Amino acid sequence: MRMAKVTVLASSVLLALLAGTVGAADVSMTPTQDEHKWLLPRTPPSPADNQPTSEREELGKMLFFDPRLSSERNLSCSSCHNPLFGWADGLPTAKGFRSKVLGRASPTVMNSGFTTLQMWDGRRASLEDQAMGPMESQDEMAMNLDALFKWLAVNPAYKAAFDKAYPGEAIGKETTSKAIAAYERTLVSNDSPFDRWLNGDQKAMTPSQVRGFRLFADPAKGNCAACHQAPNFTDGGFHNVGLASYGRTNPDVGRFAIKPLASLKGAFKTPTLRDISLTAPYFHDGSAQTLMEVVEHYNKGGVTKTDLSRDIKPLNLSQQEMQDIVAFMQALTTPAKPVTLPQLPPN
Amino acid sequence: MTNLRYTAGIVLLALVGSVHAGEFVVAQKAKAFSVKKLNIKVGDSVKFVNEDAMVHNVFSLSDAKSFDLGAYGQGASKSVTFDKPGTVEVECAVHPDMKMVVEVAK
Repeated sequence: MRMAKVTVLASSVLLALLAGTVGAADVSMTPTQDEHKWLLPRTPPSPADNQPTSEREELGKMLFFDPRLSSERNLSCSSCHNPLFGWADGLPTAKGFRSKVLGRASPTVMNSGFTTLQMWDGRRASLEDQAMGPMESQDEMAMNLDALFKWLAVNPAYKAAFDKAYPGEAIGKETTSKAIAAYERTLVSNDSPFDRWLNGDQKAMTPSQVRGFRLFADPAKGNCAACHQAPNFTDGGFHNVGLASYGRTNPDVGRFAIKPLASLKGAFKTPTLRDISLTAPYFHDGSAQTLMEVVEHYNKGGVTKTDLSRDIKPLNLSQQEMQDIVAFMQALTTPAKPVTLPQLPPN
Repeated sequence: MTNLRYTAGIVLLALVGSVHAGEFVVAQKAKAFSVKKLNIKVGDSVKFVNEDAMVHNVFSLSDAKSFDLGAYGQGASKSVTFDKPGTVEVECAVHPDMKMVVEVAK
């Protein structure tokens, strides 16, 4: 009798072990119905008064790449949002007017049309609202806008482009920001291996990447999707993720400076993770060099605990699990498409 | 019962002398308030229940009522009493797309 019990117990343990082994290796390579919520729409929504047209997008592209929109005619939007660096700049934090080092990293503009509030602290309500900000900032492009609009209005090619894009509307802040926003909405990353996997190509992601996706989304494991939500890997929200820099004297308080609510102390906008492998270093302060460093930060539950979001907790992920999550994030990059530069009007 | 609990607009009348104050329940679920607009009267309170796995906040900076219930997790709830008439825009600070309006009548 005793022998029989031991045998049954041993068999159960063996079965459980086998099941565990099989479960780990045999990750389902097919997306579930619920996982299709991660499919990104083809185009982001546009406001009623700035519906996309090719004329608007072409004008916006000219303005986006034109350094003559800065006071010293050497900085364009693309200086910090550079297609060579995933539409960011590859720097820990941005460099502005005369290379002044600024306080926060340049975020990518890729897929920015899918997010309502713009900037790390959400102080701009739309892409249109954001577009003039760097030109007006004395720390960035430091442009005299009156002089800019006078010049655009007498430049024959720009005048013609504005007339085509926004007939009957004056060349000014509104039309300039609308055109830049219209161009930015053309920058969409939605053809990554992950997207192709969601669309039925089971071989588009490796087993490690599929495991990483499931760990990423599992609230009991990575819990990354609590903030990096479907379909653009952001909830458009603000969280204090416990960076070391928040533990220093007079830290950057982020969203709290815009909305002085206790929950927002040291909180910054959740960035998209699409094309994330192209935009190192990471975090708003550029403090993580690699995606593994980012995952290790979250695995620890953050560094600075003051005002830490209650969604950030130690994760207890194994090294293999962290590697799988990193592998998954590397599957979020859409293959590079050639960027055709605009032909800028002569001076 | 569950449906009743989670449906905004269910008034639990608490009779205190001649004052009729009610408590309404609004859920935070799937990153949205369960109702976009709620009509109540001065003296009524609203209990905000977080039914999401993520942390939410509830606040308003409206003239008729300014409050911040802080951030709280799944299953937790907090109440606020509306003591002046007017339109109160209620939001989640953590998730700015979450918005609703409480109309407080005299």
